Amino acid sequence: MIPRSTYQKVLGWVGLLAVLVIVAFLVLPAAVVTIAAFNDKPILSFPPQTWSWRWFGRALAYEDFRQGFFNGLIVTAWSSTIALCVGGMFAFVIDRYKFPLKSAIEGILISPLVIPHFTVGLGFLILAAQVGLSRGFAVVVICHVILVLPFVLRSVYVSLRNLDQSYEHAAASLGAGPLRVLTTVTLPLLLPGLVSGWLFAAILSFNEFTASLFVTSQRTQTLPVAMYNYVREFADPSMAALSVMYIVGTAALIAFANAFLGLGKVLNIEQSH
Amino acid sequence: MNQQPFLRIFTAPATLCAVGFIAAMVAVLQYSLRAYVPGSLDPGGFTLANFADLLKPLYARVFLDTVVVCAMTAVVTLIVGYPLAYALVRVEQPILRSILLVIVVTPLFLGEVVRTYAWIIVLGNNGFINSLLLSLGLIGKPLQLMFTPFGVVVALVHVTLPVMVIMLAAGLSHIDRDYSRAAESLGAGPIRVFLTVTLPLSLPGVVAGTTTAFAWTFSAFATPQLIGGGRVNMISNLVYQLGFSSFNFPFAATLCVAGLALTALVLGLLQLASRPLRKIEVH
Repeated sequence: MIPRSTYQKVLGWVGLLAVLVIVAFLVLPAAVVTIAAFNDKPILSFPPQTWSWRWFGRALAYEDFRQGFFNGLIVTAWSSTIALCVGGMFAFVIDRYKFPLKSAIEGILISPLVIPHFTVGLGFLILAAQVGLSRGFAVVVICHVILVLPFVLRSVYVSLRNLDQSYEHAAASLGAGPLRVLTTVTLPLLLPGLVSGWLFAAILSFNEFTASLFVTSQRTQTLPVAMYNYVREFADPSMAALSVMYIVGTAALIAFANAFLGLGKVLNIEQSH
Repeated sequence: MNQQPFLRIFTAPATLCAVGFIAAMVAVLQYSLRAYVPGSLDPGGFTLANFADLLKPLYARVFLDTVVVCAMTAVVTLIVGYPLAYALVRVEQPILRSILLVIVVTPLFLGEVVRTYAWIIVLGNNGFINSLLLSLGLIGKPLQLMFTPFGVVVALVHVTLPVMVIMLAAGLSHIDRDYSRAAESLGAGPIRVFLTVTLPLSLPGVVAGTTTAFAWTFSAFATPQLIGGGRVNMISNLVYQLGFSSFNFPFAATLCVAGLALTALVLGLLQLASRPLRKIEVH
C-alpha cells in the first residue's frame, strides 16, 4: 500500500493541475483576443507576423462604437440609478415589514433572473408598441431596470440583514424621527451595500445584449449591439482591439470593487469558520 | 404613531415596476394567441393555430436541439466548475484568493458578445487552435470547430462557468469544516471524506448552480447565433429571426411562451429529483 502522505501529495498535485487547466480555459479567449488585436494584418492569422497599435485607433474612431458607447452610458446611468432607488427602498420594506402581496411583488421582481432575456426584450417591444411609446431611450431604460433589479435587491437586502438595528433604536430613543433615523443612521450604514448594488447594476446594464437587441433602434443602440452588428459584417481586428479595452476596463472595475467592497461578501462566498 | 414608516412610499415604485413587467409578459402571452397577418405589423384575431404550429418538425427540432445544448452545457459546466469552486473556497492566501476571484468573476461581466467574439478567434479555421495544431503538424487541414454543436457548447460553458462557480462556492463555503475534520480524525482518506461528507453537503449548491446554468444557456443568443452560424439553432435565434426578418411577432411570442413552459418544466423536474438528496442536509 502507498503511504498516506505520498498519496495525499499526489492527490494535491492532481487537484492543482486540474484547477490550472480550468483557469487556463477561462483566460484563453482573453489572451487570444489580445494577441489578435495587435496583429497588423486586416485578416486573422496566428501567430501575427507584424505588430501594430492601429486597430485600437480604428476602434476608437469608429462612429457606431462611439455612439454605442455614449448611448450605453446614458442607458446605464439612468437604469442603474433608478434600479438602485426602487430596489433599495423595496429591500428596506421587505426586510422590515409585513404587508399584503409582499412575496408576490418580490417574486415578480426576482423572476427576470430565470426568464430568458429575449422574452423580456420581446415583451417590452410589444408593450411599447401597444401603448404607443416610440422606440426611444425610455423603453430601453425601463427594460434594463427590470433586468438589473434582482441584483440590486439582493445586494441591498444582504447588507440590511447584516445591519445592527440597535443604532437605529438608540437614535429613535434619543428623539430622532423616522426620517432623521433613516438619513443619518440607516443610509450611512448601508452605503457599501448601496454602492456595490449600483456598481453591479451599472456593469450588467452596460453589458446587456439580448434584450437590448430587441428594444433598441439604430439611434439608441448600445455598445454590445453595435459590436454584434460589427462582428456580423466585418472581420478585421478592430473588434479585437475594442474587446481588449473592454476586458481591461472590466477587470479593473472588478478588482476595484473587490479591494474596496469585498466581492466575496457581496457574492456570499466567504468561508464560514 | 405610524409603526411602519415609509411603507407606502417605498413600496409604490417597486409595485409599479412589477406591474410594468407583468404587462410586458401579458403582452407576449396575448400575442402568442393572435393570428399572423403577413405584411402587417398588427396581429389578427385570436387563435390557437400558433401552438399547433409548434409541433411541425422544423420547430420541434429546434426545441430538441435547445434542450440538448442546454443540458450538455449545464453538466459540463458543473464538472468543470466544481474543482474551481472548491479551490476558491479552500485557498488560504488572500492574494491568491483575490486573483482567483477576479479571474472567475470578470468573464461574468464581459457580456456575451465580447466573449463569443473571442471564441470565434479561438475556434475559427484561421483561429488559434487550428493554427497551433497545423504548425505542430498534428493535423493536415483545419478542424471544423465553428458552426458545430461542439463549438457552441464550449463557448456556452465559458459563458456559464462564472455563475456556476459562484453558486457552488456559496454552497461549499457554508459547510462547517468540523464535519470533514471529524471524518479525517476517524481515519477516512481524502477521497472518502470528499465523497461521503463534502460532496453530499454541497448538493444544494450543485442543484442551484445546475438550474441557473440551464436557464442562462436557454437565454443565450449571441453565442448560438454567431458560433452556430445557422447550423446550430436555438429558440432564441428562431424568435429573433421570426420577429425581425419576417415580422411574425405572434409566432415569436408563441415560441417565448413555449420556451418558458419548457424551462419551468425542466427546472421543476430538477427540483423534484433533488428533493431526496436535500434531506441529507438536515442531519
